[in-house]
Amino acid sequence: MDTMMDAIKSDSEKQTAKNPVTTERTKTGKVFVPIVDIREAKDSLLLVADMPGVDEKSVDITLEKNILTITGYVKPSVFENHTVVHSEYDIGDYERAFTISDEVDRDGIAATVKNGVLRVTLRKAEKAKVKKIAITPA
Amino acid sequence: MFIPGMWRMGSALGTFPDIKRLQKDMNRLFAEMPRTGGQEYPAINVWGGEHDYILTAELPGIDPARLDISVVGDTLTFKGSRDFETLKEGETYHRQERSGGRFSRILQLPFQIDAGKVTAKYDNGVLKLTLPKTAAEKPRKITIKAE
Repeated sequence: MDTMMDAIKSDSEKQTAKNPVTTERTKTGKVFVPIVDIREAKDSLLLVADMPGVDEKSVDITLEKNILTITGYVKPSVFENHTVVHSEYDIGDYERAFTISDEVDRDGIAATVKNGVLRVTLRKAEKAKVKKIAITPA
Repeated sequence: MFIPGMWRMGSALGTFPDIKRLQKDMNRLFAEMPRTGGQEYPAINVWGGEHDYILTAELPGIDPARLDISVVGDTLTFKGSRDFETLKEGETYHRQERSGGRFSRILQLPFQIDAGKVTAKYDNGVLKLTLPKTAAEKPRKITIKAE
């Protein structure tokens, strides 16, 4: 029943590269996969990602071919005259990519960031919207 | 890394290369896991300075107004909650990895905290607490008088 079930699927679950050539980042440092929710409404898809430390200026959303990539750059916190006495988490950038089907309107992608949570709205293309066909009595 | 019972499945696993690889990957994943901070939420980092300690915690998507921070003596407590997002009429989940709920952490510091001067900031989903030491705890410089 779910017409858009395959509209968007994650690339990050499998570790094996599809292409023998893997790209490497020019910047050193850790990169984390942000956790996301993806939900579908009648005419749009909403992607919500937890990316603490990221603001609207430090997040990049790119759509190349059918790959939607979200990247968040986090500046590590440095406190002068302070040394780390206890550490439970690491700080690094965020990156995650999703394969998008043609059912998404490429020009209708909007994003906001608030309190370290990124929300990307993907509008469904006209053809993907369910059309109701009226039946005329014979 | 796995429970002993799993090892007895060794021969069976051998017939499934993918599972074997997954197991290897999992073992590597756990071996690479940094520190054993425990399962407490949120994870915190603490920096120590001469006059204060700075604590940071990643808490994306919470309402800072509902964060409750209290200090008694050398103990800091902070608690809050993150709302579960609710689906609107006609919406369905394709993927749900994020969650909500209540959290609280209690931390004992190696000094008496000057409760009146504690500051809290919440920026881009990261909480930062500055915990100053009381005057009595601060290092004092002793000057030597010449006779």
